[in-house]
Amino acid sequence: MNAVTAPAPYRLGEFHAFAAGSREYVYMPAGAVFELDGAARQVIDALGTGTLGHRDLIDRLVGEGHDRADAEELVRELRLAHVIVSGELVAAPLSNPPADFPLNALVLNITNQCNLACTYCYEFGADKIATPQGKPKYMGLETAKASVDFLLAQSAARKSVHITFFGGETLMNYPLLKEVVLYADAQGAAAGKAVSYSLTTNATLLTPEIIAFLSDHAIGVTVSMDGPPDLQDKRRVYRSGKGSYAVIEPRLRALIANHRTRAITARVTLTDGVNDVMRIYRHLKDDLGFHEVGFAPVTSSEQAYALGEGGMDSMLAQFRLLADEWLEYALRGEMHGFSNVSETISELIQGVNKSHPCGAGIGLLGVGPSGDLSPCHRFTDADTHSLGNIATGIDRSKQEAFLTRGHVASKYDCQSCWARPLCAGGCHHEAFVRYGDTGHANLHYCDWIREWTDVCLKVYGVLSARNPEFLERFAARKAQS
Amino acid sequence: MKHLKPLNSKARRIEEMLSPVTPVEVTAAKMIGAGASQEEEVADVVALQQAPPPHVPMGCTLSFSPGWEVDGGGGTAGLCQPAERDIYDCYVTCFWPVQVPDHVNNSPDWASNCAAATKDWRKLDIIFP
Repeated sequence: MNAVTAPAPYRLGEFHAFAAGSREYVYMPAGAVFELDGAARQVIDALGTGTLGHRDLIDRLVGEGHDRADAEELVRELRLAHVIVSGELVAAPLSNPPADFPLNALVLNITNQCNLACTYCYEFGADKIATPQGKPKYMGLETAKASVDFLLAQSAARKSVHITFFGGETLMNYPLLKEVVLYADAQGAAAGKAVSYSLTTNATLLTPEIIAFLSDHAIGVTVSMDGPPDLQDKRRVYRSGKGSYAVIEPRLRALIANHRTRAITARVTLTDGVNDVMRIYRHLKDDLGFHEVGFAPVTSSEQAYALGEGGMDSMLAQFRLLADEWLEYALRGEMHGFSNVSETISELIQGVNKSHPCGAGIGLLGVGPSGDLSPCHRFTDADTHSLGNIATGIDRSKQEAFLTRGHVASKYDCQSCWARPLCAGGCHHEAFVRYGDTGHANLHYCDWIREWTDVCLKVYGVLSARNPEFLERFAARKAQS
Repeated sequence: MKHLKPLNSKARRIEEMLSPVTPVEVTAAKMIGAGASQEEEVADVVALQQAPPPHVPMGCTLSFSPGWEVDGGGGTAGLCQPAERDIYDCYVTCFWPVQVPDHVNNSPDWASNCAAATKDWRKLDIIFP
C-alpha cells in the first residue's frame, strides 16, 4: 500500500561535469560552478548511470578507504548541493521578472534608412518583419526627448541608465543623436542618474567632427563589419553592389586613433563564404586595431547566406583556437579582444541562471522612429511585436505575453539541457525568423551552444585554478562598464 | 563545504545557504539517536507524515479542503475550488490508486507540467497504466 517508507536510492543529479587541467568540475543548473575533490568524484563514479541506496553507497565508500562518518558527511554535502539526488526532485520554477522591472536601457532606432544594402540584413529581404509603411523614416526630436524622459522615469531607483543608438545606419540621423545626448545628459543630471551611450554603425559616414563628439561624450562604438576587403565587400555593399571596405578603412583608423574614452568593438556576421574567423579576427584586431571583436552567425532562413553544417563546425574549431589564445592572455593577466569568450566568462563569474535569453522586453526596450516600443531593436517597426508606444507607455498585457512565451520554462526542449542557465533558448528574433515563434527554442544551435559553453567552462576552470585574481579583476571591470 | 569548492558567485551563495543547515541537521540526527540508524536519512520534511511507518499520506478523509465538494448552500455552483482543483488535490494528497493518477506510487510525474492547477490543468494528461 505504501512504497515510500524506505528512502529512495540515490542517483546523479542534473549537472554538466567537465575537466580542465588536472582538475574536475561540475556546472549546476542553478549556474553554480564547483570544483570536485577526489572523494566527490568517487561518489559520482559509484553512481554512474545507476542508483544506489544510502547504505550501499556508504558501504562502497568505506570499502574505498573512507571513514564511515566522513562518508556520511560527504554524501550529505553532495545531496544538499543536488550533485546527487533521491526521490522526485521538483525544480523550483524560475519566476517571471516583476511587471514593473526597472528599465535599464533603450535602443533608439533613430532611422530605418541605410546607405548600404548588405545582402543578409534582417531589416530587408525575406526575413524582414518590419512594417514601416506610413511611419516616419527618421525619429524626430520630440519622440527622442520623450524616449529619454520615459527611460529616466521607468528606471525606478537605478543610478545609471543606457541609451543605444541604432538604425538603419545610425549616423544618417547624426544631428538627432547629438541633440539626444545633450538633452539626456542634462535630464540625467537633474534626475541624479548617470546616462551612458553606445551606437552601432557601418562606419561609412564617420567624420572627424563626429569622432570627436563620440569621444568627448564617451559613446561606445560598435562597428558592424565582416573583415578584410575581400570578405567585407562580399555582402556589405552599396545598393550599386560596390563594396564598402575602401570607404570605411580610413574612417575606422581615424576612429580608433582618436576615440579615447571607450572600447571600439567590431561585430562580425558570419555567413557562407565569410567564415574565416581567424583571418577576420587578425585583421580587425591586429591590422585595424579594434579593442574587441565579436562574432555571430547570420540570422537568416535563406540557405544562400546561412552557414552550413560544415560551416558551423569550422567556425567552432576556430572559436576554440581563439579561446585558447584568450586563456593564454588571461593567464598572463592580459585582456584578449575575443568578446565571445569575455561575455560568457563574465556570466560564469556571476553564475547567472536566466529566465529569458536576454533583457529584451524586461530591462531593455527598442524604440522605433514613430515611438513604437518593441522588445528590442530587431523587432523595431514590426506591428505584430509592438509593446506599446512612448506616448502611451508599455502595453503590459503584450509585454507579459511576450515574456511568458519566451520564458525558458515554457521551452520544452530546454528542460533537460545543461546549458540552459546561460542560453535560455536563444535569441527571440532568431527564433521568430526560424520558427515563426519568439518562444521557440533555437534548436538549430543547441549542439553548438553546448560545445561552446563547455569550451568557456574549461577556460573558466583553468583560470580559477591558476589565476583567480584575473577573474576578480575581470568581474570588477565588468561591473563598471 | 568540504568536497565541493565554490568557484563563482552563485556557488558561493549556495555554500552560504547550506553551511548553517548542516550543523543543525547533524544535531537533529544525534538527537534522534544517531549511530545505530545513521543510514536512515533525516527526512527534509516530517510534518504531515506519521511516524513510525507505515506511511499514510494526508488525504481527503483526513483533511477537509473548504469548498471542495459542495458550496455553502449545499450545491456545486459556488465552489471555491474548481473541479480541476479537486482532481489535483486527489493526486497530490491521496495514496488510493483508483480515482486519479496517484502521485505516491504510480504516476509521480503526472502533474510535473502543472505548476498551478487553476491555470495549467489542461496540461494534466490522461495516463495509460
